[in-house]
Amino acid sequence: MAPDTASDIPVRPAGEARGGLGRFLRWDVLVTALLIAVFLAGSAGSDGFATIDNLSFALGDLGEIALIALAMTMLVVAAEVDLSVASVLGLSSALIGALWDGGWAIEAIIPLVVVVGMVCGLINGLLVTRLGLPSLAVTIGTLALYRGLAYVVLGDKAVAEFPANYVSLAVDDVPGTPIPYPVALFAVLAVITGIVLHATGFGRSLFAIGAQEEAAFFAGIRVKRIKLLLFVLSGTVAAFAGVVFTLRYGSARADNGMGIELAVIAAVLLGGVDFDGGKGTLGGVIAGVLLIGLLRNLLMLNDVATEIQSIVTGLLLIISVLTPRLAAIVRQRRRAPAL
Amino acid sequence: MSETGASRPIIALKDVTKSFGAVSALRGVSLELYAGEAHALAGENGAGKSTLVKTLAGVHRPDSGTVLLHGEPVVFHGPADAQAAGVAVIYQEPTLFPDLSVAENIFMGRQPRAGLGRIDRRAMRAETAALFQRLGVGLAPDQPARGLSIADQQLVEIAKALSRDARVLIMDEPTAALSGNEVDRLFGVVEALRAQGCAVLFISHRLDEIFRLCQRVTTLRDGAWIASEPVEGLTHDDLIRRMVGRELDALYPKQDTTPGEVALKVERLTREGVFTDVSFEVRRGEIAALAGLVGAGRSEVARAIFGIDRFDAGKVTVNGRELPPGSPTAAMGAGLALVPEDRRQQGLVMDMSIERNIGLTGLAALRRGPVISRAAERDRARDWALKLRLKFARLNDGVGVLSGGNQQKVVLAKWLAIGPSVLIVDEPTRGIDVGTKAEVHRLLSELAGQGMAVLMISSDLPEVLGMADRVLVMHEGRITAEIPRERATEESVMAAATGRAAA
Repeated sequence: MAPDTASDIPVRPAGEARGGLGRFLRWDVLVTALLIAVFLAGSAGSDGFATIDNLSFALGDLGEIALIALAMTMLVVAAEVDLSVASVLGLSSALIGALWDGGWAIEAIIPLVVVVGMVCGLINGLLVTRLGLPSLAVTIGTLALYRGLAYVVLGDKAVAEFPANYVSLAVDDVPGTPIPYPVALFAVLAVITGIVLHATGFGRSLFAIGAQEEAAFFAGIRVKRIKLLLFVLSGTVAAFAGVVFTLRYGSARADNGMGIELAVIAAVLLGGVDFDGGKGTLGGVIAGVLLIGLLRNLLMLNDVATEIQSIVTGLLLIISVLTPRLAAIVRQRRRAPAL
Repeated sequence: MSETGASRPIIALKDVTKSFGAVSALRGVSLELYAGEAHALAGENGAGKSTLVKTLAGVHRPDSGTVLLHGEPVVFHGPADAQAAGVAVIYQEPTLFPDLSVAENIFMGRQPRAGLGRIDRRAMRAETAALFQRLGVGLAPDQPARGLSIADQQLVEIAKALSRDARVLIMDEPTAALSGNEVDRLFGVVEALRAQGCAVLFISHRLDEIFRLCQRVTTLRDGAWIASEPVEGLTHDDLIRRMVGRELDALYPKQDTTPGEVALKVERLTREGVFTDVSFEVRRGEIAALAGLVGAGRSEVARAIFGIDRFDAGKVTVNGRELPPGSPTAAMGAGLALVPEDRRQQGLVMDMSIERNIGLTGLAALRRGPVISRAAERDRARDWALKLRLKFARLNDGVGVLSGGNQQKVVLAKWLAIGPSVLIVDEPTRGIDVGTKAEVHRLLSELAGQGMAVLMISSDLPEVLGMADRVLVMHEGRITAEIPRERATEESVMAAATGRAAA
């Protein structure tokens, strides 16, 4: 840190600075510690857990959630949310199925569905920015709408038998490593997202918008344009995740990825991003994603029913929203003992 | 009139000390509030005024020293205790329930009951009407709170306090957001309360108001008690000296300048229902003030010029370039900067650090390749922090920890850092202490001296008269007068602001 400047009078007590113990109580550090704890507990408790094969599988199984979480992080930092991502994923999958069934080439299908995802995001974004509607409400609506469209497109059919070279891109590991291709892609995108979020002017704008939209607008930041871009990005990524999902399972269905928006949002909030916007780190989100992934994998290994998995996701979501609030209350109590 | 309880104060603080961590907010402060007396509390921001208010209101408990109620030591365990003892605080911006009527707000939680536990609306209305009668204000009990001006909301709060039999009224900067005749009305109410034997503690940064309203004044500086004395016989300068602890060179250090070419030109600007047909120019080197009552449309004109709001007709030209409506980004590009009215909502991102706030207007300028250079950001912040004599501990501290005056300096820094040729400042010194106020005035004067065109919106008439080369006066959305510095007086500006025929 740079030396303190020549200012004469400090206007406040130094007590509020986060030093010493406070640093260890940072949420993202806490989540990383939790991640390690879960990993160690898993290794001790389940035989097949800490094997390269299983971890590689667990990572691959996490691919779509992880990809979508990147875009979601930026949205939530800007105090918006996109609940329609899983439905866009489903619509993308259904479209792939229908077009593949209709004899289209996979090389044409993939760009097309990604464009459809972009349009889905654009619709969300326009409703939020042009009409000033709350994104929570808008995307609950489009959650139902896009999923409905998925059923219109494919019904309850399942389409399979995609070209082997594409399937292998979705399931195989990068040669010489235990890392599946989608996870490698995620790693690259995560680095880019991290830089964009934490080091560029665009990232700064997102935090400013999330923390205080009016002040951001007064500072000349193009709030609406940026938000629109984020929704388009979210839709695009979700549609691409639909491609990965479909190829990975080798099956295009309208109900693919049902409900994973919750896992995505749980991961983002668990990673310490404030649902009210303006606060969070991508590092924390990555820890959150991995934590959700390991937990799901552990539950699966131990043959825990999917209902329970859903319960765990829900609890994590609530805990991650609740804990920082409780911590803030405790901190406030401690700061003003006279109250 | 102060004979009612002259011998013994209703409430008093004796040798009160209060620290937060290492900072002592109050050091051995004493204060006595008598029935029938309006007592002013003066001091710069950070002098300990709000801690004192919170001690009286039961929010803080003193570390040492006592609170005396009718001469007996008491301990307030919380605001409820203080309320029960008859202490009421009227804040600058009251919080009413907008969907409830005025009467319902006043009796919230203590509604009079009729049979079967129903709320006795008639009694509630009658009592409310009686309260308003007592205060001499013309509000209707059934009126919804939504849409009431801040001034009216304060009156409702006062009525609420009276309905609880408050004997001590603490008013924390009640006039900051009020226009001239709203202040008059509020003062009328305070006079009435005084006559009825209430003790009033009045806090304001406007010294005129202290002299007009109060009989005694207590001054705090850096948490210490400086003086408690009768207002009569005191001059403005005496009071400022007590507050600041040194002579102020001048509160309005206006340099003489010769205006250059036109930098900002506004032609027939109209936003329907808000302002109409507004035309004026501001030249380089000149400070033009936009005066008028609150609600006359001054801030709205500034917002439209800067592109925060769209306008329906007219034209804005900056240095010969016409601005597209509704784009702050374009306005900034053309050399325009706006220091907005509400620094906590519009001026600053309160959760962000000093340096990031200052950097926010220059995200493009701070880029090195695709990423922001933290070194450049810090340099920019440090430069301006030093130039404006910002008092801070670290540049990466949140702006929320700064005092109001220092927060305003950060807002100024963030806008001056873009090197604007036209600077619009909306209420640049509202709610900041006298020392910082003088600094802001000197800065504006220097900037104009260096050739910047400054448009200053202010409700502070002495500030308008002291700083402006030219006064534009708005009344109900129109410019009603343009008065050069030589002819600008309190009377001529107020006449135009209130719509009476003016020069």
